[in-house]
Amino acid sequence: MRREPPRTIADYAPLAFPAIMLIVFFVVPFSTMIAVSFFRRQQGGFYTPDFVIDNYGRFLSAFFGGVLGFSLALAIMVAVICVGIAFPFTYLLTKTSRRVQIVWLVCLLSVLSLSEVIIGFAWSTLLSRTAGITNLLVAAGLMSEPQALLPGFGAVLTGMVYQALPYTILMLYPALVRLDTTLLEAARTLGASPLRGFINIIVPTLRNTIIATLIMVFVFALGSYLLPQILGRPQHWTLSVLITDQAIYQSNMPFAAAMAVFLVLISLALVGLTLLAGGRREATA
Amino acid sequence: MKELHKTAISRRKILAAGAAGAGMLAMPSILRAQDRSLKVGVYGGYFKDSFDENIFPEFTKASGIEVESVAEPTGEAWLVQLEQAARAGQAPADLSMMSQTSTLKGQETELWTPLDPTKIGNYDDLLEHFIAKYPDGRVAGIGAVAWYITLVTNTDVYPEAPDSWAVLWDPANEDKLGLLALVSNSFLLEVTAKTFMGGTDALDTEEGQLEAFEKLAEVKPNVRLWYRDEAQFEQALKSGEIPMGQYYHDVTGLAAADGFPVRSTFPKEGGIQDSGNWVLSRASDKVEEAHVFIDYMSQPEIQSLMSRKVGTAPTLERDKLDLTDEEFAAVSSDIDPIIPRYDLYTSKSDWLNQKWTEMIVG
Repeated sequence: MRREPPRTIADYAPLAFPAIMLIVFFVVPFSTMIAVSFFRRQQGGFYTPDFVIDNYGRFLSAFFGGVLGFSLALAIMVAVICVGIAFPFTYLLTKTSRRVQIVWLVCLLSVLSLSEVIIGFAWSTLLSRTAGITNLLVAAGLMSEPQALLPGFGAVLTGMVYQALPYTILMLYPALVRLDTTLLEAARTLGASPLRGFINIIVPTLRNTIIATLIMVFVFALGSYLLPQILGRPQHWTLSVLITDQAIYQSNMPFAAAMAVFLVLISLALVGLTLLAGGRREATA
Repeated sequence: MKELHKTAISRRKILAAGAAGAGMLAMPSILRAQDRSLKVGVYGGYFKDSFDENIFPEFTKASGIEVESVAEPTGEAWLVQLEQAARAGQAPADLSMMSQTSTLKGQETELWTPLDPTKIGNYDDLLEHFIAKYPDGRVAGIGAVAWYITLVTNTDVYPEAPDSWAVLWDPANEDKLGLLALVSNSFLLEVTAKTFMGGTDALDTEEGQLEAFEKLAEVKPNVRLWYRDEAQFEQALKSGEIPMGQYYHDVTGLAAADGFPVRSTFPKEGGIQDSGNWVLSRASDKVEEAHVFIDYMSQPEIQSLMSRKVGTAPTLERDKLDLTDEEFAAVSSDIDPIIPRYDLYTSKSDWLNQKWTEMIVG
């Protein structure tokens, strides 16, 4: 099939639908949010159209800086752990028979049908002292008495990794399935061990996929606000939790909007930096 | 072609349904022009269901006034809607159940039609804090429903009931408490002030508020869970995972009645009493009907009925009611309650919220 450059307006028509969707579901809401973030807050749930920067001023403090830093670090950790687990797993999965692959993928898809609330409550039970997994360890004689594994950072991380892992695998699967096996065969013929082949050949070949997956999981984890509340202590609450507090419980829309805009800008900047770094390495390679 | 055909039919159906719907909407209003009616906003969910089932039909029977109940969201969203509608001369509901903080905020814009105490038979028997007044003494709202937040414990872990809020500070309870996560719904500043600072008046000044924050910060090592979602704590309390905390008195009573090892205690400093008012939007012309409704709702029999059926604390003095001791204890207590400082949550809400968040997160 030959591609021809579009000439008439009609040739651009297929673009109209995605463009409208983008405008309706992204540009308009996001612009509204930016506008609201400059409105004047009136204590008591109302706000008036205005142009003030107080909302951003309030955000620029050591306290919110700390919360933002924690949220970003948590999202990065979730992304790295997810890809770290999912990449070898998905690679091994693609080596199995088609039947086994289908069973695994269906199971993973079914995990996606669980809502964040169910995942949160399930893990809070699993990690509890009264009904949790430590009871099994006690029964097996490995521990002297059951322990509560939550609330804590480990619990938050576990829950979020569990939630993001299926997405990660589904992102990596298509690329790994289509991977040219002759590359690895060539490496093996030249004397590389399977592990060395995996690290030196497969990982670099799929670098772009890995970076894209990292970014996707990072953005996905950044928006999490329920799991940190259910599984963590207040110091593990992400910026999204505080945004929810302001928007829903304090009716402070301007401040919530300002925080959200800030979060979007910071994450866009991080994504941009990652892409930039990836692109530069590609240029020098 | 087949698809087009299908669309045509469904469109016609929609038009027909729309016309029928419009007719249905229009007709009752013609009927009601002769009959008397009242739109009443109640918190959606449990309250609305209970009122629709137990309270409103009885009222219509007694007064001949038809009640159309409107589900309203909790929090301030409903206040904002009423305010904006009133500016346009509309009233999405004539009477609404309104939280104390929102009642105060509505007063600032004169959103509530002043009520006439002489038209409410039991006005003098209402507990004083169930009458919301404008600064000049006009009545802005009358207590609608009230409930308590008390000290709750798991009876397996604590065989003896605690008797004071001070146990929250006891180092022996490290990592054992579940408390509400927001300054404006946990009312822990008031608890601190009543328990250690001689009363909630201590919160009048900023120094007093800061002192309460400082004292309250000492509780942090004992807190395992700061909850927004009730189910989260209720489950943990029942299982003993988090064996102590603050929770709703009525719900804890129901759980205990179901056989769970939990108990609700009114500490000697009092339980926290939160409540909602009946307020009348200034855009409503149903002033007469609204007074009939509030008069009806403030009768001892109806307050008793609500305590039995809905589980709310009565707004009238105890000796006017025909509740048995057991029925009364299920919803209330004779111990002087801790009344939240709602005024602070209108005048200083952002400052308090910021200090609170820094305290528990930091």
